[in-house]
Amino acid sequence: MNGTATDALMLRPVARPEPPSAFSNALVFGWRAVLKFKHVPEQLFDLVMTPIMFTLLFTFVFGGALAGSTGDYLQFFLPGILVQTIVFNAVYSGMGLSTDLSKGLFDRFRSLPIWSLSPFAGLMVGDVLRHLIAGGIILTIGLILGYRPEAGIVGVIAAFALLVAIGFGTGWLFIVLGLMVRTPTTVMTLGFTFLFPVVFASNIMVDPATMPAWLRAFVDVNPVSLMTTAMRGLMAGNATPGQIALALAAPIVLTLLLAPVTLWLYRRR
Amino acid sequence: MNLTSPGATFTHAAQDALAISARGMVKIFGELRAVDGIDLDVPRGVIFAILGPNGAGKTTLMRMLATLATPDAGSAAVMGHDLVTEPHAVRGAIAMTGQFASLDEDLTGRENLILLSRLWGFRRRQAKDRADELLAAFDLADAGGKQVKDYSGGMRRRLDIAASLIVTPGVLFLDEPTTGLDPKARQSVWRMIRSLAASGVTILLTTQYLDEADQLAARIAVIDHGRKIAEGTSRELKAATGSGFLHVALADAARIDEAARLLEAKLGGSVQRSVEGAELSVMAGSPQRANEALAALIAAGIELADFSMGSPSLDEVFFALTGGPAQPAGQKEVER
Repeated sequence: MNGTATDALMLRPVARPEPPSAFSNALVFGWRAVLKFKHVPEQLFDLVMTPIMFTLLFTFVFGGALAGSTGDYLQFFLPGILVQTIVFNAVYSGMGLSTDLSKGLFDRFRSLPIWSLSPFAGLMVGDVLRHLIAGGIILTIGLILGYRPEAGIVGVIAAFALLVAIGFGTGWLFIVLGLMVRTPTTVMTLGFTFLFPVVFASNIMVDPATMPAWLRAFVDVNPVSLMTTAMRGLMAGNATPGQIALALAAPIVLTLLLAPVTLWLYRRR
Repeated sequence: MNLTSPGATFTHAAQDALAISARGMVKIFGELRAVDGIDLDVPRGVIFAILGPNGAGKTTLMRMLATLATPDAGSAAVMGHDLVTEPHAVRGAIAMTGQFASLDEDLTGRENLILLSRLWGFRRRQAKDRADELLAAFDLADAGGKQVKDYSGGMRRRLDIAASLIVTPGVLFLDEPTTGLDPKARQSVWRMIRSLAASGVTILLTTQYLDEADQLAARIAVIDHGRKIAEGTSRELKAATGSGFLHVALADAARIDEAARLLEAKLGGSVQRSVEGAELSVMAGSPQRANEALAALIAAGIELADFSMGSPSLDEVFFALTGGPAQPAGQKEVER
């Protein structure tokens, strides 16, 4: 600390400008998420390393045994690993929120005269970006390894739109967790403890035909399976509207149920 | 909203000269009545200190007044706006700097200020100008491009205060503004606070440092166990405790217990010990009685390094009001 000029604080009084719109507030929070990518590019490394490892391990270690050839397995597996990537990514947004809350940053936001849900809207903007970047990286690796989406570019765009919807819906689960749990690492532990069985007991890695009947009963209605089926369909060009509707059911229900809970938890704090 | 607490029915119209007017504020966490019926009137344009030990309810009271926590009972107006029915208007008239830096550690200092300026509604260009203006005023121009995680404690605190001044607030809440700072950074924050108050901003600060309240505040409310136990100027608080305090410093710290017993026997009342352990303070009432007590010490062969008579320090006032020291020794650092 030096100089008396500092301490005299030569500050002119500044009046409040015209209050901004809720949309403008949300965009500013989105800008914050983009800045985070600039300053903490490592976060992307965390996000894509696991799915890249899964893709390589499953394709080359189990692929031949599971599907006859590694090429056939990759064709089956890639749409599913995209779902897994996005669902796991959602845990990280809950961790980010928990970090913000533990540092008192949200107290600053909450004491501002802004639309009270705009910080969450901003989180969502960041999440969508993360999902698109991580999904793009996994797809690129798949293409290099020989994966070919039969539906071409249109199918891929439709599939990514579905991915964003899945990410948006799943995100609420971990935002609520982030609001309820004090420490970011606990959010991660709880999140993955819940997600691992849900992701593995699905049709992402293997065709459930060989599973025991009781497990198959669960796998068939597991939202992750429904999402994966729709993703395969969209990328292969043979998705039915029914499959897409089933894939969107869980994200829609989660949003309708948990958005009000989020608001309530946030206001209550 | 429960309006049954005493004095809860007051009119805002009569409170126009007040920056904050609160009645019967209560906040309960489970079994704990963290804030247990506090009234507070803070005139506009002054520095007002809420003084109390850790866990007294200072921060909870401030969080309620800043709309960050909902009161379980009571009502309050901040800059003429009702806390419960017009929280948005209150937020437009206040700013709060919490005890723990409320900044985005990953962003640069400049980006933090631009982010908040944009949230207030400044356009892109204006937001950048305002950020640069604040960085310069707080001597952070050189550090503006660095991520906040690389800032020192003093720099963080300055940036945090700057972040509260993007729009000049009617009331600035500062929760323990100097906790954890080194003496030099602390002096600097004090000068900033004085200079802000001189420009007309009402400042409500919490502190557990008695000298901070003494140095800065026009009025002090002393809070303990969720209740306000005294309020006034520093001079009034000292006068209420009584003048005629006797301070003695012993040449031999080993005899402090014996000396304390003697003083207590002679003068009654409780004897306060310094943290370092060789000094005692006690209310003597008159120089006559102080003289007798000193004579008793000398007769017992207890050698004095120094003694003085004077008005009580705020420490002694606090001790007299709460029956305990203002802060336990070794507990000056941040507690979460």
